[in-house]
Amino acid sequence: MVELKINGTARQLPSAAHTTLLAALRADGLTGCKEGCAEGECGACAVLVARADGAGVRWESVNACLALLPALDGAEVVTSEGLGTPGALHPAQEELAVRGGSQCGYCTPGFVVSLAAEYLRPERTPGEHGEANGFDVHSLSGNLCRCTGYRPIVDAARALGTPVEGDPLAARRSQPAPSARPTRLEAADGTFHRPPTLAEALALLAAHPDARVLAGGTDWGVDVNLRRARASVTVAVDALPELRAFETGREVIRLGAALTLSDLERRLGDRVPLLQAWFPQFASRLIRNSATLGGNLGTASPIGDSPPVLLALDAELELVGPGGVRVVPLRDYFTGYRQTVRAPGELIQAVRIPTPLAPVTAFHKIAKRRFDDISSVAVGYALRLEGGVVTQARIGLGGVAATPLRAYEAEAALEGRPWTAETARRAARILGGTGTPLSDHRASAGYRAAMLEQSLLKVHWETRAEVTA
Amino acid sequence: MSGHEVPPGAAVGRALAHESAALHVTGQALYTDDLGVRMAGLLHAWPVGSPHAHARVLNVDVSPALSVPGVARVLTRADVPGVNDAGVKGDEPLFPEEVMFVGHAVCWVLADSEDAARQGAAAVQVTYEPLPSLISLREAMDASSFQGAQSTLRRGDVTVGLAQAAHVFEGEFELGGQEHFYLETHASLAHVDESGQVFIQCSTQHPSETQDITAHVLGLDAHAVTVQCLRMGGGFGGKEMQPHGFAAVAALGAVLTGRPVRLRLNRTLDLTMTGKRHPFHAAWKAGFDADGRFTALQVQLTSDGGWSLDLSEPVMARALCHVDNAYFIPHVEARGRIARTNKTSQTAFRGFGGPQGMLVVEDLLGRVAPLLGLEGHELRQRNFYRPGECTPYGQPVRHAERLETIWTELLASSDFHARRDQVAAFNAANEHVKRGLAVTPVKFGISFNFTAYNQAGALVHVYKDGSVLVNHGGTEMGQGLHTKMLQVAATALGVPLASVRLAPTRTDKVPNTSATAASSGADLNGGAVKDACDQIRARLAEVAAGRLAVHPDDVRFEDGRVFPLGHPGRGFPFRELVHDAYHRRTQLWAAGFYRTPGLHWDREAMQGEPFKYFSYGASVTEVELDGFTGAYRVLRADLLHDVGDSLSPLIDLGQVEGGYLQGLGWLTLEELKWDESTGAGRGRLLTQAASTYKLPSLSELPADFRASLLRQATETGVVYGSKAVGEPPLMLAISAREAIRAACAAFGPPGTPTLLASPATPEAAFWALHAARTPSPPDAPRATEGVPT
Repeated sequence: MVELKINGTARQLPSAAHTTLLAALRADGLTGCKEGCAEGECGACAVLVARADGAGVRWESVNACLALLPALDGAEVVTSEGLGTPGALHPAQEELAVRGGSQCGYCTPGFVVSLAAEYLRPERTPGEHGEANGFDVHSLSGNLCRCTGYRPIVDAARALGTPVEGDPLAARRSQPAPSARPTRLEAADGTFHRPPTLAEALALLAAHPDARVLAGGTDWGVDVNLRRARASVTVAVDALPELRAFETGREVIRLGAALTLSDLERRLGDRVPLLQAWFPQFASRLIRNSATLGGNLGTASPIGDSPPVLLALDAELELVGPGGVRVVPLRDYFTGYRQTVRAPGELIQAVRIPTPLAPVTAFHKIAKRRFDDISSVAVGYALRLEGGVVTQARIGLGGVAATPLRAYEAEAALEGRPWTAETARRAARILGGTGTPLSDHRASAGYRAAMLEQSLLKVHWETRAEVTA
Repeated sequence: MSGHEVPPGAAVGRALAHESAALHVTGQALYTDDLGVRMAGLLHAWPVGSPHAHARVLNVDVSPALSVPGVARVLTRADVPGVNDAGVKGDEPLFPEEVMFVGHAVCWVLADSEDAARQGAAAVQVTYEPLPSLISLREAMDASSFQGAQSTLRRGDVTVGLAQAAHVFEGEFELGGQEHFYLETHASLAHVDESGQVFIQCSTQHPSETQDITAHVLGLDAHAVTVQCLRMGGGFGGKEMQPHGFAAVAALGAVLTGRPVRLRLNRTLDLTMTGKRHPFHAAWKAGFDADGRFTALQVQLTSDGGWSLDLSEPVMARALCHVDNAYFIPHVEARGRIARTNKTSQTAFRGFGGPQGMLVVEDLLGRVAPLLGLEGHELRQRNFYRPGECTPYGQPVRHAERLETIWTELLASSDFHARRDQVAAFNAANEHVKRGLAVTPVKFGISFNFTAYNQAGALVHVYKDGSVLVNHGGTEMGQGLHTKMLQVAATALGVPLASVRLAPTRTDKVPNTSATAASSGADLNGGAVKDACDQIRARLAEVAAGRLAVHPDDVRFEDGRVFPLGHPGRGFPFRELVHDAYHRRTQLWAAGFYRTPGLHWDREAMQGEPFKYFSYGASVTEVELDGFTGAYRVLRADLLHDVGDSLSPLIDLGQVEGGYLQGLGWLTLEELKWDESTGAGRGRLLTQAASTYKLPSLSELPADFRASLLRQATETGVVYGSKAVGEPPLMLAISAREAIRAACAAFGPPGTPTLLASPATPEAAFWALHAARTPSPPDAPRATEGVPT
């Protein structure tokens, strides 16, 4: 059994090790929560979860299809049913309903939840995101609608005011958050652990080298749902304090591997401009509310979005294991297709970004769709220039080989040379020949290679003024 | 009262939210798969899908599945008591002996949980003998693999027309298909009641056909099978033919086990197993006079029908009937044929071949305009149908003048000419970013090409307390049909909307219904609902006439009150009238019926008047294109569309906007890729998930989006002067594709044609702009040149 508070009521729900929150809610009769894709792309299953935020709660929207129920032991969840009823609609529901924001209605509960999360975002202030009510419209980009064309949904978002006095979810924000509860759940399909301490987590990993390490679960959940993947042992590490550090020192910025991307995005602000530009291009708000840097680097996908920027930033990883902590430069981390130097008993504890940061940075993600798509090619740049000459170049690549790559040859073709169109053209040709891009359903090999080349030309074009200035 | 007159204060014409909006937003609206969790003893079905694109099934060993805990039964061919076919053409075996595409279900496992069913399906041992397969449309064309009828639409003599031409061009064009991606995947839930009736809840656009096919599979009479559809989470044509086999499997399982059976496809199964919009190939030759007017069009269309016929023949008929779009072409020879490939059986999808036919001519015009020395908007307008002209299939183009009206209004409201100059100035000032602006028209024929489908029924009850219950044969998939039907019934009976309720669509209430398709739902069912209401009102008017001492013709029904013409103050409540009428033994319910008048169609000759009327529209789209990557965004879109006198303006606007964005997805983003290699994965759909098949999201919403409905557009002879709206707006998105083409062309010298693949993904746009700015592009894929001969 897993205990949750759902729509304000304490519930005990039966759970296996791989039961998703979506399946559990539906089995419990809360069928407003829909499965549209089972991989965190459509948002029809979105629910609010209460997350710790200082001394209080922040309501964040997540995909219930990717959340494993045992990972939510002790959590507080609100679904579209809990926000309002046909006779007493929540403002997000009211605005959506009257504006024609629902047609078939299947995606609608998910949109309502995403709208409500942004409605309840404490920092939302008039003028933010270029909107009179400060609503970040792109917080809805993880919800797909096939009917309306989105215009009435965006209008509903723009019409939302601020929570009135006595709004129960707004009031809940100032009360303490539920804390992640140490959990051990044994079921026919495996054992689920949430160890209370790092030492116990490492001991579990030592005892079960094939254990599945779970943080946000946005990748593993897809495997569980679509490929029916099962782990004999799952170890949830996202609540371990050692993995949740956030330090911005004079020489290094340390980002806990289990902090969600939304958390990092909010806390970093404009401190790392390359990351600030990168966050909005990483999946959707629904995913960023769960996904972590540790997860993105742990899965070590060649098309993961974080390696290109982190390689450009010369990042290092702290790996913690039974023998303590070791620091590995990210450039040496990947060894093969989804293979890394991380030993089975180790966890990624934090990502270290050395400072001062390079002043000229860019992130180019080439994909079919402008937001929330998987890249065909991704390139991160960090350049230092002195007197118009490139003194240091770091270029991180994704999507062009079995692992993320540093483009050493293209970097060498830039370093020591004036940042001119000619230099860029020469280096771009070299960059275009980097890696071994494939043709697949996302893009042709020719396009991928062309995009590498074009990418560097574009960076030069967009930063040429910084040199002459 | 004639059909199109709207009484004062009527419920029709009011901008209302969807009748289920409050249920949608609170998660209370129920869909087929939400009903199963409320049933005890439920079994879950999972298919055993073929790993081969084409193979003979030599043996099926189900015994390993039966030893998986929770597995109750495996349904196989031997279990079918009736006809082993899921379609109406006899070419879709429900349990095949020869699998025809990857994912084709050989048999189905039933278990206590979905997970157990899935494990059971993985345990079934099937022995296959792989056979040669055809995957791409090209492969099928090269192998002359065709199915069904080949048809030709002909007017005049293209040889003569081409000989008269000052310019003759020829070219080829290949356009991609589209996945429906209704958010709710296919779902059926079947049980057998105490009297042996098979009751199926199904997400279907065509409950009567789901009923017919289930009955023939089970070997039962139709009266023993009832199909109900509460609502669908989207259909778009994908649930017109495709649900039947799934419903039949669920029903077969329920009959054989005595337990309710749930069959719901997850997204992967749905994408892998169900049909999509047909991809097309076109080879054309077109003649134009010195002024740029068509003299002739000769075109061979080949659609990729997939493994079975399904609706491919009528889809092709509609494609042929829309290859003219809004243009008068004196000499036409349009041939259509359907390729047979080892892929999903392609099916109906919003527009039903119309978009494909239309895209061929719009692409052609976009390609040749620079060669004719004309801008796209001039070339198009010059070729518009004029009043009195007929289509190539011999139908007069009723209200052709609306094309000019819409065009003129839209160019003015979108500030087209000034913006064209601004775009030119922007392009001159920017080396690496270009903008494109384009306008395209839509003319779309309304009615099923298959004449018999143009009928509908309704059953309207007035209860003794004056409340009204409406049943009709149409299904609700988000298009707002039920909202419109409530408005029609409230208007026809002169009662407040709040006193009318809609009952779920069921085959035991209204029988022999047509699919809710071809945009015809409101026209047909609205006609039937109104007919039923008019019958009841006529009877009530007799009763009221006695009390009011006037002639029945002079009794008025408005907003729940009944009064003599011209004397609203002398009236009394509708519910009092109903009460009186009951006591006078008046029949307070009626069955309504509607058949679209005046249609005739010779399928062989491809001549006649298949359509009741045409729906018109036009759109202007402006895009901005990045020369480094081919990425673009829509800066602004202006749509003007003709829905007659709108029954429900908020609903209709939603259809227009939603149609545009869905069309934008088809034309720019959504790309179906199959494994065409000779490897083990041959025939596999590579884009079988939301992560690989990308729908438009919020980021594709035009930054500035302005949609309006044409005013003063009464369509006489249709319910309350309205017009159909479901499909036509999809084709408004063609202007976005032409705008992308214009932006690509702006990277090169003027006067040269620009070829653009479909969908115009960023990659496709990159190759097109790359070709424009470099004389000899690298190995850029795609379409052959439109070259003067």
